[in-house]
Parts: sequence; C-alpha cells; structure tokens
Amino acid sequence: MAWIREQVAARAAKELKDGYYVNLGIGIPTLVANYIPEGVDVTLQSENGLLGIGPFPYEGEADPDLINAGKQTITILPSSSFFSSADSFAMIRGGHIDLTILGAMEVAANGDIANWTIPGKMVKGMGGAMDLVAGVKKVIVVMDHANKAGESKVLERCSLPLTGAGVVDLIITDLCVMACDKEKGGGLTLIELAPDVTLDEVKAKTAAPFAVAPSLKQAA
Amino acid sequence: MTRKIYDNPAAALEGLLFDGMTIMSGGFGLSGNPESLIPEVRRSGVKNLTVISNNAGADGFGLWMLLESRQIKKMIASYVGENKLFEQQYLSGELELELNPQGTLAERIRAGGAGIPAFYTRTGVGTVVAEGKPVEEFEGQLYVRESWLRADLAIVKAWKADTAGNLVYRRTARNFNPNMATAGKVTVAEVEEIVPVGSLDPEAIHTPGIYVDRIIKSTINEKKIEKLTERKRETA
Repeated sequence: MAWIREQVAARAAKELKDGYYVNLGIGIPTLVANYIPEGVDVTLQSENGLLGIGPFPYEGEADPDLINAGKQTITILPSSSFFSSADSFAMIRGGHIDLTILGAMEVAANGDIANWTIPGKMVKGMGGAMDLVAGVKKVIVVMDHANKAGESKVLERCSLPLTGAGVVDLIITDLCVMACDKEKGGGLTLIELAPDVTLDEVKAKTAAPFAVAPSLKQAA
Repeated sequence: MTRKIYDNPAAALEGLLFDGMTIMSGGFGLSGNPESLIPEVRRSGVKNLTVISNNAGADGFGLWMLLESRQIKKMIASYVGENKLFEQQYLSGELELELNPQGTLAERIRAGGAGIPAFYTRTGVGTVVAEGKPVEEFEGQLYVRESWLRADLAIVKAWKADTAGNLVYRRTARNFNPNMATAGKVTVAEVEEIVPVGSLDPEAIHTPGIYVDRIIKSTINEKKIEKLTERKRETA
C-alpha cells in the first residue's frame, strides 16, 4: 500500500529533531505539524513574520491580524515572537532555520526543485519558496511520486523553471523515501519503501537513476 | 507635536500623488493593508502607477481596488495568486508584472530604506530570477546581485501611533509595513489608534517616528480573513 497524504506527512515528521526551527510549506507540509513525535519540541516559523505557530483558534476566536503564510488563521504560543518580513527572511536566508518541508511539481537527481510555475499557464509567483530552498539548512520535498498523467515527478533533470538548483536533501513520496546528496552535486539513493511497495515498482515509476541503500527499509 | 496628524485620508495624501509614480503598499494577504488610504488613491484618479506590494489584494479588497480602476501599470510582488482580476489584466497584456522572491522583495525594500543600492543573495541563483543579473562567488557559493527598491510614496498600516510618528504594529499585520515605512520618499501611516507622546514604551517602538511623515486614524477598520481555520473546543 502506497502512503496516503497523512502518512506522507507522518513520515516527514520523523525527520523533525528536538530543538529544530522549522518552516512548513502549504498543503501536505502543513499536515506535518499534526504528527510531531512525542517528546520532540520544534518551533514553527511563518515567513510573514512569526516564530512559534500555535494551533488553529477555537471557533469564534480567530484574529484577522494573526495568520500564517497560507493566510489561515492561527494562534500564538507563550514562546512566540513577531517580526518584519525583512527580519523573517534574514532568518531564512541567513541559515538559521534548520528544516523546511515543501511540495513540488518536479524534483531532479541533481537536487533541483521546480514548484512555482508552469509556463503558459497563469504565473502566481514564487512567494517565499526560492528563499526557503536557498537558505534553509535541510530541504525536504513531500509530493506524489507521479503527476496526474501518471508521469514520474522524480526526474534526471527538471523541465519546469527551477525554484532552486542543487538544494534538495530528501524526497518523500507516496511510494518511497529518497536521499539526495546535494553536497556532491546530486545523486539519489532509495532508503525506504512504503508498505507493500516493491523496488521494481519504484524503478518502473521513477524517471531518474538512483542507487539502493544497503540498509533499504520497508516501512510498516 | 501634532503636525504629522491629518484629519482624513484625502488630507493625508494631498499633494503627494502624481501620474507615473511608484507606491509601496504594506500588507501580507489581507492582513495589515492600508485599507483607508488605498480607496483615496483610487478616488484621486492618479494613473500609470508602479505598485510594490507582496500581493495584489483579493476580490474587492486591498490593491484589487486599484486594479479594478485600471490605475496600476506595473506590479512588483512575490505572489499574485487567488486574484482573478489580476490574472485577466496580466494575460490581456494590460498589466506588467515583476515577480520577486518574497525575501528578495523584502530585502530590496530594506536596502532602499537603508541607502544600500545593491546586495548579494543565494536566493534565485540558477533560476529565471538571476537572468541578466551579475552572479559572483563568495567562499565557494554563488550569489546573485539584487538592487534596492525605493518609492515616491509608502502607505503603511500600523496598530498605534503617537503624535511623534512612532509606530507599533499588531501581530502578523506587521509584515512588510516597517520595511516599507523606511523606503518611501514620503511615508503615510494609517493606524487604529493615535495616542499622545509618552504613551508608547520607547523600548517597544517598531518604527521610529523619523520614518513617518503623515498619520491618520483609519477610517475603514473592517479586517478581512481570507482563510478562516478554526478548531472545535474539546467538550469536557
């Protein structure tokens, strides 16, 4: 059984370490916050100017002046702090955030990621994605392994305009987990299979070369 | 100490607006936008504006008003999704768009206010954002040169101002506002409350009054929520 969205988010949450400062993108990445392991204390950053994102507000208590980068109403924690957009991205660009988890349309074996535009369709804008992939210490991509047409989103080279070049560390899809050795110019290694997913299936559905870790795990 | 205080949005913008000017407008999504000043820019009929703002408003609110009135010639922003009017005008060629990574946009504005004409960043290296811009290596990493942004006018939204122009923002409505307040030749702030000097803690001022030229009390205080997300209270 391939992982469903929530399971992909839960698998990504295992990458969180105690004391991490983390920025979560919109979509599946936001769900990661629901699966933070017991005993792991992480601080979530929102690039519109908040460190320490709390849970959604109780009904009737939403504050229009308190939103996350996805424009959802949120709350704060006793440890929270607010700051300007320039300060927020100084934090991101300056390498002070430990981990970011983002969605993607394409990821390549060389660590390139494309997740902001499809030429010929409407350009919405990159928002903070280019800053996050360039500045955050560890970049994890969570996405479906294939697009709606059934084509691999894991490629030898991206075909869409890039969000960042050589920036991805880990790819978590509905089928598997792959590490990307961005320090050495790329190269994918399959390290974990979703329950009941076979190596052959991943090979058949991946349009990029990859190595298989000797310690390849099958998730329970 | 009341010469910075104006009676209404029209008075606060009098003599500042002209065709072809560049305006910075604070806000992120619909949070922290100068909602009282934007309609006054619209009423003035000023045209061919270059507007610098993270987003372009949403149906009926924020900068959407100036799009609808066809007063914006060019938009410099990081994200313009969820705005059908923007999409129509962009695709029909009526509207120019310069997309910036959000952090690059914020830093260009900060640099403008700080008198720094250019800086280098890793953001956008190897992407379309770096095309045509100098790229240089520092300590083994490539960085792209980005230039400052300044404006003829910055319009910002704060929570409180004292009569000296010191500003305090509220929660995430702060966003681009303090950065833009420094980068306008003239900065006009609208605030929810104007208090006497001495009422705000000098240790807790977000924007020192030197950056703020004119202040009004907001005439439109209807705060919008784009995506209401709530949870149910656990019942005992």
